[in-house]
Amino acid sequence: MSKRIGLEASHAVAEAVKMADADVIAAYPITPQTHIPERLAEMVANGELNASYLPVESEHSALSACLGSVSVGARTFTTTAGQGLELMHEVVYVASSMRFPVVMAICNRALSAPLSVWADHSDVMAVRDTGWIQVFCENNQEAFDLTLWAFRVAEDPRVLFPAMVHLDGFSLSHVIEPVILPEQSEVDRFLPKFQYPFALNPDKPVTHGAFGPPDIYSEAKVAQEVAFRRSKEMILQGWKEFGDIFGRYYSPVERYKVEGAKTLLLTVGSLSETAKIVIDERRAKGESVGLVRLRLWRPFPFEEFRQAVKDTEVLIVFDRCISHGTVAPVFCEVRSALYDEEKKPNVVGITGGLGGRDVSVNDFGYVIDRGVEIAEKGSQRMLETVGIRGEMVGIRG
Amino acid sequence: MGKLLEVRWHGRGGAGAVTAAELVAHAAIEEGRHAQSFPSFGPERRGAPVVAFLRISDEFIRIRTNIYEPDVVVVLDPALLRVVDVTSGLKEKGKIIINSRKLPNELKSEYGFKWLVASVNATKIAREAIGVPITNTTMMGAFLKVTEAVKMDSLIKQLKERFEARAEGNIEAMKRAYSETLRED
Repeated sequence: MSKRIGLEASHAVAEAVKMADADVIAAYPITPQTHIPERLAEMVANGELNASYLPVESEHSALSACLGSVSVGARTFTTTAGQGLELMHEVVYVASSMRFPVVMAICNRALSAPLSVWADHSDVMAVRDTGWIQVFCENNQEAFDLTLWAFRVAEDPRVLFPAMVHLDGFSLSHVIEPVILPEQSEVDRFLPKFQYPFALNPDKPVTHGAFGPPDIYSEAKVAQEVAFRRSKEMILQGWKEFGDIFGRYYSPVERYKVEGAKTLLLTVGSLSETAKIVIDERRAKGESVGLVRLRLWRPFPFEEFRQAVKDTEVLIVFDRCISHGTVAPVFCEVRSALYDEEKKPNVVGITGGLGGRDVSVNDFGYVIDRGVEIAEKGSQRMLETVGIRGEMVGIRG
Repeated sequence: MGKLLEVRWHGRGGAGAVTAAELVAHAAIEEGRHAQSFPSFGPERRGAPVVAFLRISDEFIRIRTNIYEPDVVVVLDPALLRVVDVTSGLKEKGKIIINSRKLPNELKSEYGFKWLVASVNATKIAREAIGVPITNTTMMGAFLKVTEAVKMDSLIKQLKERFEARAEGNIEAMKRAYSETLRED
């Protein structure tokens, strides 16, 4: 029997790592991710989890140690946030390019300066091109479910790419709410033992991470990209199997009240739940609005995304990140994804929730109204913001 | 109680406001209801004013913002009344529950509170029952008396699980506060 308990999102992630029976955890604590490595260290220390816990000296070392452990076929987990992910950055590319399926939970945090420990998506967007499978969690249940699922997909011999599970720092990571935990037997049925096909073995020597001169680097990168895009099939299959066993079915793009909606709000991460309250209110008043949420961020779910927004007139994209000198990252991505479509919505981008700034129900109401207003005028400015003081709102490019 | 109850706990870093909000949330969840608790996000400093948030509802809770218009505020340290505007955003029919030696009507006239005020000398109770002036579990009893938001037994179970060998004193403190809390509408 599964059980429903109150669990902090960070501890839900740790619980998923435990139930996945990870072999190696190498992590460096950083706010707001600390509760994940603390809980895992405790589990290893008290014998709940039979794993090696490596208290490394930095995030760069954390992920480097993970590469070593995956290379011998150990199920491996790490976790970080914000600046920690930045320090790790070099190794983030190495993990995916060497096809080492590490699972990493990121408690999303703004980047310095000014120094901030609070949530936004600047850290995610700095690693969007690194070739990791990436998903965004909306609530604690997803934090558990997607962490478990990430092992299943990443380690699939047809995939062999690392996976990041994003949860908003503090505003999700530190929240206690109900979570349904499955039986260990169900988890074991979902998650087979990790069998890394290229594990280092003195009896069968292989080379990992060789030198890539100009006559081979391009081919290696294109081959990596082909394989990465192909992983989508196993991502979907993983969610199907997850649903069949645990009863919760996930999709790359969540659609909320999209039927016949003339206006759609697009969100990522945990604020989507707050945004849904506005959608409910507006629908109750007879307004034709809905919400789409990107759960899968990489590989980008082009097909599902286009399908979700194809009949709408206005698509308002909410970003929790600034891309200095250009348009916001999610907005840039989705507008580009629609460029070749014959029938496409007018796409408007609005930025807010930076560095832990709360985005209220009223703020999302403003986002919808302002988005529609901009679309009607047909004049998208370079930077539209919500909930930010001063004269910066609506900077022209 | 179908509708959403939003509670803001005011305390000082290290004095257990976050733990109190957590334990009540756990109790509500174990009763099969929905609840959410979280700290005021940021670096923690012992002794500095902190807040913790709690939501309880019979329905799935979606909202993920801080609580700006609480139904109830709980104040663990009376000195905070002079430092923090604990009534900020408190709903018209809101309730203030304060750890204080003073009676509710004294607090009302001293601070001009126009809401329901409840008080209990939680510091004294905690010193006697637990041996330390940490009032979070004591104030859970006062919170329960005023709101009846969860069952006493559910809170006792949470205290037993969280404090194990030290649970008895905390349970006694909570029960005493439950019976000694006074209110003034």
